[in-house]
Amino acid sequence: MQQNIAGTLGEYENRSLDTICVNDSLQKESWVANIKYGVVGLLFGIVFVKAEVISWFRIQEMFRLESFHMYGVIGVAVIVGAISVWAIKRFGIKSIGGEHIEFHDKKFNKGQIYGATLFGLGWAITGACPGPLFAQIGTGALVIGVTLLSAIAGTWVYGYFREKLPH
Amino acid sequence: MFELINLVKSPWHWSVAGILVGLTVPALLILGNKHFGISANLRHACAACLPANIPFFNYEWKKEVWNFFFVGGLVLGAFLAAQFLQTSGPVDIHPNLANDLAQSGITDYSSLVPQQLFNLENLFTWKGLFFFVIGGFLVGFGARYAGGCTSGHAISGLSNLQWPSLVATIFFMVGGFVSANLIVPFLLNL
Repeated sequence: MQQNIAGTLGEYENRSLDTICVNDSLQKESWVANIKYGVVGLLFGIVFVKAEVISWFRIQEMFRLESFHMYGVIGVAVIVGAISVWAIKRFGIKSIGGEHIEFHDKKFNKGQIYGATLFGLGWAITGACPGPLFAQIGTGALVIGVTLLSAIAGTWVYGYFREKLPH
Repeated sequence: MFELINLVKSPWHWSVAGILVGLTVPALLILGNKHFGISANLRHACAACLPANIPFFNYEWKKEVWNFFFVGGLVLGAFLAAQFLQTSGPVDIHPNLANDLAQSGITDYSSLVPQQLFNLENLFTWKGLFFFVIGGFLVGFGARYAGGCTSGHAISGLSNLQWPSLVATIFFMVGGFVSANLIVPFLLNL
């Protein structure tokens, strides 16, 4: 584990390794300023519960082709997201802090096949991807905390064996 | 006013949810140049608590605390919605699914998470080992190996028209189809 790719990368490259969601901002924000992301998360959580996105039953129905619901949610979200990203690029919309918003191209690696398949197997069993895991705990299903801890353990084990896995 | 409250309290249509979930992408970008995704928090948790000299966990996780605030809000929002914005009554589910689940003893649809499956008593059984521990492990391991989860790849990645994210999304679905149709029915009868 001594000589490996992650060890030779710069801070940003390492932080954004195998990750899509990163903080691209160079501005330092106070703890209080971070509350705005909490508010977005709060609204997101309400949507998750109200639209039954966090329902184990809805996930089973999706994979058994018994309901259009989840396909509708994800499909519309992608369309709205894509139009937004296009608009940000087209009109050069800046962040509130005045920063240029940059988009990064994702490189293909075999993890997007092997890892994604393993993820899918787990997704149908738990009936939740990472976002809904957090939300399920919020609704009072505290025992799902065990699933979340196990997901964190899975992430850790991936980090440990990363250099030995085919990419 | 009553009508509005009732409208909020009844289950929301998929199109409403889709629009709001989709708007999270530009909201986070415009608020602070943050790219939307959730599974990275699992990695930040490792980096914050148990980096263990593994290069993959040695980075400045404090630059990503915004995402901890995001999931903190997510938990709180789910709590508020469940406490104050829910109508009581069973979740609507497809009759075929209801039928199959009934054969495995799951007949209670009063909650979004089936309580007859995800409960403390089951935690220390073979069923619990699979539904909690192995299921969760696969989600965490697979998300990072794939370089993102449903939010990172299927929402953020596809919104930015990234073909590797499309590949990942397709294989999320492949794994899910195999699991829900072949593995879950077996696990339910353990």
